Amino acid sequence: MNSFAKMFLNLTVVGVVSGVILAGAFHVFDPLIQINKEKELKESIFVVLPEAKDYKVLEKTVGKEKLTVYEGIDASGQPVGIAFKADGGGFQGNIGVMVGLNLDYLKLKGIKILDQVETPGLGNRISEPAFEDQFKNIEITPKVEYIKNRKPEKPNQIQAITGATISSNAVVTNINNAVARVLKTFPKDEMIKMGEQAKPASAESKEHQK
Amino acid sequence: MVDNTPTLWYEFKKGLWQDIPPFRLVLGTCPTLAVTNSVINGVAMGLATLFVLICSNLIVSAIRKYVASQVRIALYVVIIALFVTLADMFLAAMFPPISKALGPYVPLIVVNCILLGRAEGFAQKNPVMPSLMDALGIGIGFTLSLAVMGGIREMLGFGSFVNFKLLGEWFEPWIVMILPAGAFLVFGGLVALVNYISHRKTAAGTNP
Repeated sequence: MNSFAKMFLNLTVVGVVSGVILAGAFHVFDPLIQINKEKELKESIFVVLPEAKDYKVLEKTVGKEKLTVYEGIDASGQPVGIAFKADGGGFQGNIGVMVGLNLDYLKLKGIKILDQVETPGLGNRISEPAFEDQFKNIEITPKVEYIKNRKPEKPNQIQAITGATISSNAVVTNINNAVARVLKTFPKDEMIKMGEQAKPASAESKEHQK
Repeated sequence: MVDNTPTLWYEFKKGLWQDIPPFRLVLGTCPTLAVTNSVINGVAMGLATLFVLICSNLIVSAIRKYVASQVRIALYVVIIALFVTLADMFLAAMFPPISKALGPYVPLIVVNCILLGRAEGFAQKNPVMPSLMDALGIGIGFTLSLAVMGGIREMLGFGSFVNFKLLGEWFEPWIVMILPAGAFLVFGGLVALVNYISHRKTAAGTNP
């Protein structure tokens, strides 16, 4: 066998075998990964809205974009806050944040970082509780801001992570953009009305099973 | 009769000191510098690398007789990438919390030159068993190196060890230690230390 044929055969065999193995593994793992993501998304609603026992899914289409927010409700069915996902570019890739907003549309209730591929040890510390917890009760007017190397002074400020200003800034920007979008799309009274009509997610999933 | 082939134990042991990857081979320095600002990060990266290293060394060694030498590097890269992707998907599907904690470390393994270095420098010339021992030794040596780096940096940068507050309130953390500059400082210090010790050992060996 000449060397060209051998090279060709080598690369083809290894490429095809690897491709088949990966395709097979993807086929097996991807549904599980999607289920995990879905579960994580739902769990994060209860993290950013701690009083919520259940939630309602509210959807509205503006132009081409579909906006989904989750209205958290307590045991008696009263709304306690709304949660929604904020996506946007970070230092290296998408940062997905679940944002919890107070019903009065004035303060954040909490945030949870869902997806991020920031630099290990620096930017990825945005997903540590020490950073996330700063957003509790932060005012959103005029917008959320960050400051460096000092304790926040104003009610709408958080402290950026040392050495990861870009990632911290990205989280803040994502939140501001998403909050602005939600405020525009779902005015307060409309939100309440939509919430009254919608059914809690747990009731809907029961209906699906019937 | 003297058997000159190195024992399996030797292949394992050499990764722990004589060829310890970041400090003696100066391989895999990129992850060594990037992820070692805490012990847990370092160990997680080390273990993930250990897994991929074992798999890639085994395969490379098993197919070594059939490989055309002109395209070997391309083959090794594909094999390494295969196992890294498998490990990444497996963790995301089965152990979401671990996958979350490791985050981008797992895909980073592809660019770790230890893997290519061991495939090229060892596994392609040696049978399967020595290659396995080599992977184990180098992988564990790498994990230990990262743990030591992480320990020093976490201690000085956060005043803690494995997230456990070790130093009291009086301690002012050296922020620089958790930043990239701190990685270079600690790395340089450790390379110097390892070289110093082995020089002394060699000197003691030649002049008993």
